[in-house]
Amino acid sequence: MRLILVLVAAVSLALPARAEVQIQEVTSPGGITAWLVEEPSIPFVAIEILFKGGTSLDPEGKRGAVNLMTGLIEEGTGDLDAQGFAAARDSLAATFQFRAYDDAILVTAKMLTETRDASVDLLRQALVAPNFDQVALDRVRQQVLSSIRSEAQDPNAIASDRFDAMAYGQHPYATNPDGTEASVNALTRDDMVAAHAGALALDRVSVGVSGDISAAELGPMLDALLGGLPETGLPMPDHIVPTFDGGTHIVPFDVPQSVALFGHAGIEREAPDFFAAYILNEILGGRGFEARLMTEVREKRGLTYGVSSFLVGKDYTSVYMGQVASANDRIAEAIEVIRTEWQRMADAGVTDAELLDAQTYLTGAYPLRFDGNASIAGILVGMQADDLPIDYINTRNDRVRAVTVDDIARVASRLLDPDMLTFVVVGQPQGL
Amino acid sequence: MRKQLAWLAVMAVIGLTGGAGLPALAASDDQVTTFQLENGMDVVVIEDHRAPAVVHMVWYRAGAADEPPGTSGIAHFLEHLLFKATDTLASGEFSQVVGANGGSDNAFTSQDYTAYFQRIAADRLGLMMEMESDRMVNIRLTEDDILTERDVIIEERNQRTENEPGALFSEQRMAAQYLNHPYGIPIIGWRHEMELLDMDDALGYYQQFYAPNNAILIVAGDVDPAGVLQLAQTHYGPIPANPDLKDRMRPSEPPQTSERRLVFKDPRVAQPYVIRSYLAPERDSGDQETAAALTLFAELLGGGQTSHLTQSLQFETQTAVYAAAFYQSTALDDTTFGLVVVPSPDVSLQKAEDALDAAVADYLTQGVDEAALERLKFQLRAQDVYARDNVSSLANLYGRALTSGLTVKDVQAWPDILQSVTAEQIIAAGEMVLNDRRRSVTGWLTKPDDIQSQEDTE
Repeated sequence: MRLILVLVAAVSLALPARAEVQIQEVTSPGGITAWLVEEPSIPFVAIEILFKGGTSLDPEGKRGAVNLMTGLIEEGTGDLDAQGFAAARDSLAATFQFRAYDDAILVTAKMLTETRDASVDLLRQALVAPNFDQVALDRVRQQVLSSIRSEAQDPNAIASDRFDAMAYGQHPYATNPDGTEASVNALTRDDMVAAHAGALALDRVSVGVSGDISAAELGPMLDALLGGLPETGLPMPDHIVPTFDGGTHIVPFDVPQSVALFGHAGIEREAPDFFAAYILNEILGGRGFEARLMTEVREKRGLTYGVSSFLVGKDYTSVYMGQVASANDRIAEAIEVIRTEWQRMADAGVTDAELLDAQTYLTGAYPLRFDGNASIAGILVGMQADDLPIDYINTRNDRVRAVTVDDIARVASRLLDPDMLTFVVVGQPQGL
Repeated sequence: MRKQLAWLAVMAVIGLTGGAGLPALAASDDQVTTFQLENGMDVVVIEDHRAPAVVHMVWYRAGAADEPPGTSGIAHFLEHLLFKATDTLASGEFSQVVGANGGSDNAFTSQDYTAYFQRIAADRLGLMMEMESDRMVNIRLTEDDILTERDVIIEERNQRTENEPGALFSEQRMAAQYLNHPYGIPIIGWRHEMELLDMDDALGYYQQFYAPNNAILIVAGDVDPAGVLQLAQTHYGPIPANPDLKDRMRPSEPPQTSERRLVFKDPRVAQPYVIRSYLAPERDSGDQETAAALTLFAELLGGGQTSHLTQSLQFETQTAVYAAAFYQSTALDDTTFGLVVVPSPDVSLQKAEDALDAAVADYLTQGVDEAALERLKFQLRAQDVYARDNVSSLANLYGRALTSGLTVKDVQAWPDILQSVTAEQIIAAGEMVLNDRRRSVTGWLTKPDDIQSQEDTE
């Protein structure tokens, strides 16, 4: 499992009317589109920019290029070297983050109203014309290598790498997006330039903005900020059907507590039954102590501190996954309980009461997400990346409420496949 | 790029994750209203009417550092047990009711506090108070709860500590830092003591510390202060104060007269590093100037891309892949100021430590760059603006301060105090803390054979 972009569709709802956020679609003179929520009460704006593709765009043999390139965006542009750029950003009191994920590069910015124009200009320079100085490249390369070496000794990262290698065959999802020590050592400045041109392009961008800015101000700002980027970038990767064998795979590692990931094929975000699957997961291994896995593995038996399951909707595949960690002499029992619960759900679905509880929670929790400029900007960009309509927030709750026990039973028998539920266990598990 | 290295998560809170960047400072004064109920319970209301949500928190002025000797981990264990039954709620029902109302809930424990919270639609605030006030005094535990949940906290220790060499190392360093004060004992507890925690330990701690006169109610979100007061009087008001509540007097540190050095070896260590902490003053009520100077000192010395340590150790010399300074300003008792350096490949830990010492000495000699200080102060002012976007973090800020001996007035004075700090005060505070190595602990985290092999290559 990689860092999963949890931009889960804004699942919506009906609480007091003033909870409603008014989303405007703004198209710039240059043709760039953004979704905006105006909220002038605090004098700053939150901006979220998502470029689809992400680390999966790494060319053959260049694993880690997009990740390293993303790390270099803030390491110098124009006359500014890395420290000059940081000083310029700090003197505007703007904050910029650049992160690479399996399917996206995400840029998160906050800017004060009083320094907004200069902040936009600085961010533009970094996004459009990063220097990729050799000195900066070599320094950040060492940071990435340090992280790769650390992950090689981290049971969670080891489990993730093994799971991905097993599930995703020859697809980029199969390997660590940071790359290997060898691949990262081989990356050159030319690779950075190519990764930048291929990944930060206008044919794959979504923008969410929330805060102290009007639609009239935002249009020109979009052109100023992003207008210098190329129209098109690298082709997107292929879809991949993940493969599982239903086994329990052990990676020996000297830790007192075994760490396990488990999973099998999932369901696409676009599938008609997605909502039923989403609620099913909520009941089986979702939020809170009431989920069945948490109740059975932790609350009743004390076998773990945390167990959960989650639908992973990557852009080019879907898996249904979970995680658990238990002492080496207890992990076998935890896994047995999880397999039993998986089977029970597949066979019998959920009860009326469980469904109602989950629906009440999901519909009630939804408006609480829209609680600040930063969170709203993130939700706006996530909705666009998932191709949801702009009025989705108003209809979403009804779709959650429309799911029936029969829908879940149908999905449970199709989605859940206890024989294919595959475990990767890192540690020194006993009895497996 | 600045990697957030996982092992730097030394921040001592179990149950919450730390955020990156500068901390939130304070809500604007007109956003905050305070009361005290007749039974001594403090109430803080932080208004934010942008979304119909509320965060309801109860903070107890009791944490791991208040535990009786020999029962380490009991504060955190009790926190888990508060999700079991009361006279009126079945085990697990608390969270179930919160969820069934579209809310989420959790709790966390630190050295100086234990806190419980729910985030929910604003019109459910009364229900939250009804349940939270109930478990302040009415929990009903079974032996089975104790045994099962004790297994859970031991698995939690496995996950947080036993599986992480950096966390095991951190425990040893803190134990060496505090010769007598309980900050030297891990919040989660020493494993051998956790295994023996029982019903009496849990109820003893509960009866001693869980009372309205030892608690702070914080309500943040779409509420009006008068309505909150009325609900608080209804639900928390009837609970009698604990007349036997004592002042929080922990064992204090003797003079620290001997520098301590530790080497922690573990085959799982992939990236060796050197970390040093110094005993340092914390924010005290009415006396926050030194802590303010140290806060700015930590930022300027090692708080980011333009800081002195980053510049000299990562940019000018490439001695390190990462270098930083850190300071935890909010604590009830003496806190720590720290330095860390993660050496580049082929740089030994000794060489890295020497370079770190030289860089710190340089900084203290050459003094504060005024332009950098102005930049930082502007960022801190901006942080006040950004902080208003997240009412939960404001609630946390007040909770931490008020359980650490500070008042609402102190919290609201803090931003201005930070702005008034001078370059001379920053250097003076830095020298005071860093020039006495006897109050420090220096730790090397390494693979078993690294030290020898690295010395050979020098």
